[in-house]
Amino acid sequence: MLVSYNWLKELTPVEISAEELCHRLTMAGLEVSDLVSVGGELTSIRTARIIEISAHPRADRLSLCRVFDGERNFTVVCGARNMRQGDLVALACPGTLLPNGMKIESAEIRGFVSEGMLCSEEELRLEEKSAGIMILPPQIEPGKDLATSLRLKDYVLDIDLTPNRADCLSMVGLAREVAALCDTPVMLPPVDVGEEGDDIAQFVTVTIHEPALCPRYAARYVSDIAIKSSPLWMRRRLELSGIRPINNVVDVTNYILLEWGQPMHAFDYQLLDHGRIVVKPASLGDIFFTLDEKERILDEETLMICDASKYVAIGGIMGGLNTEIHNTTEAVLLESAYFNPQNISRTSKKLGLKTEASLRFEKGVNPETVGMALNRAAQLIAELAEGTVARGVIDAYPRPISRPSPVTINPQTVNRVLGTELSPQTMVFYLNRLGITVEDGDENGLVASIPSHRGDIKEDCDLIEEIARIHGYDHIPATLPSMAAAEESGKILFQRESHVRTFLANNGFSEVITYSFIAPENIEALLVPEDHQARRVTIISNPLSREQSVMRTTLIPGLLTTALENHNHKNVDLRLFEFGRVFCNKKEERLPEEKWMLGGLMCGVRAREAWNYAREEIDFYDIKGVVENIFHLFSLTDVTFHSDSTTPYLHPGISARITINGHCVGELGEIHPHVLDNFEISKKIFIFEIDFGKIIDYLSVGSEKAKPLPKFPPVYRDLALIVERNTENYSILRSIADAHVRYLDEVKLFDVYEGEPLGVGERSLAYRIKFQAPDKSLTDEEVNQLYEEIIAHLATKMKVKLRT
Amino acid sequence: MRTPRTIITCLSEESREERDKAIVKNEKTGILVMKEAIEKIRVEALRELSEAKDERHVEDVRIRYLGKKGRLTAVLKNLKELSPEERPLVGQLSNELKKELELRLSDALRRFLQKSRRDKLSEERIDVTLPGRCLSLGSKHPISQVTERIVEIFSALGFSVAEGPEIELDYYNFEALNIPKHHPARDMHDTFYITDEVVLRTHTSPVQVRVMEKHSPPVRIICPGKVYRRDSDISHTPMFHQVEGLLVDEGISFGDLKGVLTVFIHQMFSPDTAVRFRPSFFPFTEPSAEVDIQCVMCRGNGCRVCSNTGWLEILGSGMVNPAVFRMVGYDTERVTGFAFGMGIERIAMLKYGIDDIRLFYENDARFLHQF
Repeated sequence: MLVSYNWLKELTPVEISAEELCHRLTMAGLEVSDLVSVGGELTSIRTARIIEISAHPRADRLSLCRVFDGERNFTVVCGARNMRQGDLVALACPGTLLPNGMKIESAEIRGFVSEGMLCSEEELRLEEKSAGIMILPPQIEPGKDLATSLRLKDYVLDIDLTPNRADCLSMVGLAREVAALCDTPVMLPPVDVGEEGDDIAQFVTVTIHEPALCPRYAARYVSDIAIKSSPLWMRRRLELSGIRPINNVVDVTNYILLEWGQPMHAFDYQLLDHGRIVVKPASLGDIFFTLDEKERILDEETLMICDASKYVAIGGIMGGLNTEIHNTTEAVLLESAYFNPQNISRTSKKLGLKTEASLRFEKGVNPETVGMALNRAAQLIAELAEGTVARGVIDAYPRPISRPSPVTINPQTVNRVLGTELSPQTMVFYLNRLGITVEDGDENGLVASIPSHRGDIKEDCDLIEEIARIHGYDHIPATLPSMAAAEESGKILFQRESHVRTFLANNGFSEVITYSFIAPENIEALLVPEDHQARRVTIISNPLSREQSVMRTTLIPGLLTTALENHNHKNVDLRLFEFGRVFCNKKEERLPEEKWMLGGLMCGVRAREAWNYAREEIDFYDIKGVVENIFHLFSLTDVTFHSDSTTPYLHPGISARITINGHCVGELGEIHPHVLDNFEISKKIFIFEIDFGKIIDYLSVGSEKAKPLPKFPPVYRDLALIVERNTENYSILRSIADAHVRYLDEVKLFDVYEGEPLGVGERSLAYRIKFQAPDKSLTDEEVNQLYEEIIAHLATKMKVKLRT
Repeated sequence: MRTPRTIITCLSEESREERDKAIVKNEKTGILVMKEAIEKIRVEALRELSEAKDERHVEDVRIRYLGKKGRLTAVLKNLKELSPEERPLVGQLSNELKKELELRLSDALRRFLQKSRRDKLSEERIDVTLPGRCLSLGSKHPISQVTERIVEIFSALGFSVAEGPEIELDYYNFEALNIPKHHPARDMHDTFYITDEVVLRTHTSPVQVRVMEKHSPPVRIICPGKVYRRDSDISHTPMFHQVEGLLVDEGISFGDLKGVLTVFIHQMFSPDTAVRFRPSFFPFTEPSAEVDIQCVMCRGNGCRVCSNTGWLEILGSGMVNPAVFRMVGYDTERVTGFAFGMGIERIAMLKYGIDDIRLFYENDARFLHQF
């Protein structure tokens, strides 16, 4: 909200600078986001009186003005015709820079030297458009600074109000707040409306069909008005508040909105059928043109102001084009009402129409201001448009709105919550400054009466906040509570995750964070069948775009999209990982299942190309090594990689399913070339995705006990087997383990070979077998015998030959 | 190195004089002859050694004098043919010479070996400015780094970590936090809806409620996580991160809120960062406070980042509204508490001087590698 500093000072006589005021407001919860000084652009423009006007001898349209600036006379060539001898005008001497950017210089115009310029409102940026030069009010003296004379120098505060402080959406409300902060009085604008002639009942009737939506509707009738532009002071205040001046009547309604926070509306009385006002809902599908000349489609929830035959306004939001104030308007019906906040909010959202009025009504105006604001508006219109205010007011108030209830507050509670030692007298002093009167209640404390403009104060915590605000948060001492040590259980997942992050980062992986919402096409692109769990998406009903319209069920699309974007930036060698949740919709549950996943992606070369590295493309075993190490980090054993992965977006032959104790916890492999095509990626990509939340379940914290070191030397034997090409390393390892040979400590694959002299369809796998006895040195004979046992076992279980 | 050798030489000079005296006493020509012969061997051996050019020559000298068929070896072999009087004296002389030669030989050998190693080392020169052989490091996302730091600080202050769903019931996201339907505060949150009752959480605050429903006081938690709002521009992304904190116990006051958050800010930024608390509004806290820190860019002098105010908004906080406690069945007469929430992106942007929030989610490797 934009607030004029001068206007505010008129309502409460604060002696502090604009900067200090901003600071105090901010520290009281009314954050001032900006402070702008205005009027400074008018420096060196002075007031001057026209002494003589004569025609320019060589130009019909120009005249020569002699003006006096209090010290000497100037001759100025002028093209306007609206000035008279004796008028006060705004003189810009040579060297002046006008607000519109024009620089005034002494110039010869058709043979006469013009020693400056007489300015128009438009040139001074006081109005958007103006005809002729600016004629100043007669009480102003010549030879003065224009900005000072017209009180144009001011500051505008931009205040970000919190939603609970609707009462500060007005100058009067802000003045009350400033008065409370600075302990100054509030000087309310005088309301004194002079009535004349017939009673309003002769002209206007008001009927409310929906008192729940419009509990109060008050009206006055003002006739014989002259529509013209408002005086400068009012235009200036409106403009500084961000409202464009229109004409005196409309400006008054806006001025009252700013001054009291009470939205007003003026209808052209002649255009109102039978002078009748009916407040009732619209019919579905009806069309109405609002003042902004836009067509609005209505429904039964839209509360309308109607006359005897038609809609004339959307209640509390915007008036209609059909009863707009024109230059020819002679009489007006002034509306001041209270509308139901929720209904205004709903209608405003539905219509996509936010106005200064709807903003205030939806936050709740003070129902007790309705009448006063109406009188003040009538008074101002009578003053500025020379109107006649009819006797009486129509005030339909079928459903009186209750005043805020008194709130009981216990001074001990205040100090307990704030950590202060304030006396009850101090608390009462603070509350009184806010217009809250306090009486002694029972032993539970004080009873505070809440003024009608502070409907936001409902219970004691609201009062505690008010006391804290006025006391100043700065004056509350900072303390530290005594705290026990944190529970470890909550941190384990976080710490494990951090551990993996560190590991992956140290292994060249960069962590990415992609959006949790993706395009439905990205799921399609994974080629998963209809019943696949990746299809169980949760759909956002109001997404920002289709690209972000469904919740991801897997991290893969985000990683692939990130890879593609990096490829487009020429970042081709990638190691990426992401921790994040995926969301699997469950029909029977209200909320989807959320899984904590770890995904990784590798692409390009094994090590960044360098002078001492061969350029090698990564393969499946690079990413598998990373995954294996993640499990090693947590000492997870019994992790198995199975070749039976049927994941549609992975290469059928170069992918694996990962299990722990037989439970699937993830998968890894090369992305299927079809899927790469769908994502328009031209390079091989390897990925893994692990259900991190699940592997945490397999961790038994604190079970990692150190093994004693063997006291006797190990013995090694190499075993080279020739097997069918499809025989998996894993089955051989299992088979060796199944032999349950004594002293067998470790089996390591150290070579894989295919080709000559092996037969087609054959390959050789070579293992180094480590034997280790805990209590003795093994002899060659013993080891040979164990070795033979292994070979014999293998030979019975699978088709193997020894390679010699 | 030189001193011990000189001593050895001197010693052998002295012993030679003694020997000479003994020889003169005996006045036996044979002994004189032998003595001269040994002396000759000595002189020649040392001359040859001094002429040696490399370790091979040294070895040749050794073989010629001390080898199996070497000249001195021959003298020693023939000792037994000498008379019993001659034998000890000649034997002593020869053995002494043998020791001397061995010493000199190994000395010379070491010198040559050292020289040839020196020569070899001087040829083995590499360009140490070429890059080393290592896997390039990756990085943790800046958001993760900041989150980890925040969790670390609050852990040390006695807070535990809690989590809640990102797709949340309207009840937890709004109603249980004292934000009923049509509450004006809902306008502060541009909400993504799944259904009328299910939303993408707009803040991490619902975790507070879920934790309090399950646990009785005291509660001391922080909840880092993703949140979602329907907003997208240079300073807003539709998904971002928050850390929520909650401390509920008997006797927790607004002063404690100030104390705990001041400690946090001093650890997160620097111990001399000025902090201010100013009133604000959140439906689930009252009194509420916005926490500002002195601008980290201009140290409070006013710049573009702080809109010339010298202050940066960093945290929202407040005393838990009794309405929230009532929702979870806590006794508002007995316990009080404070809650706070902060945007991680905001802190990361300040910490790393990033001015476009969208960079965090573009995941450009060139950006990520900077952290």
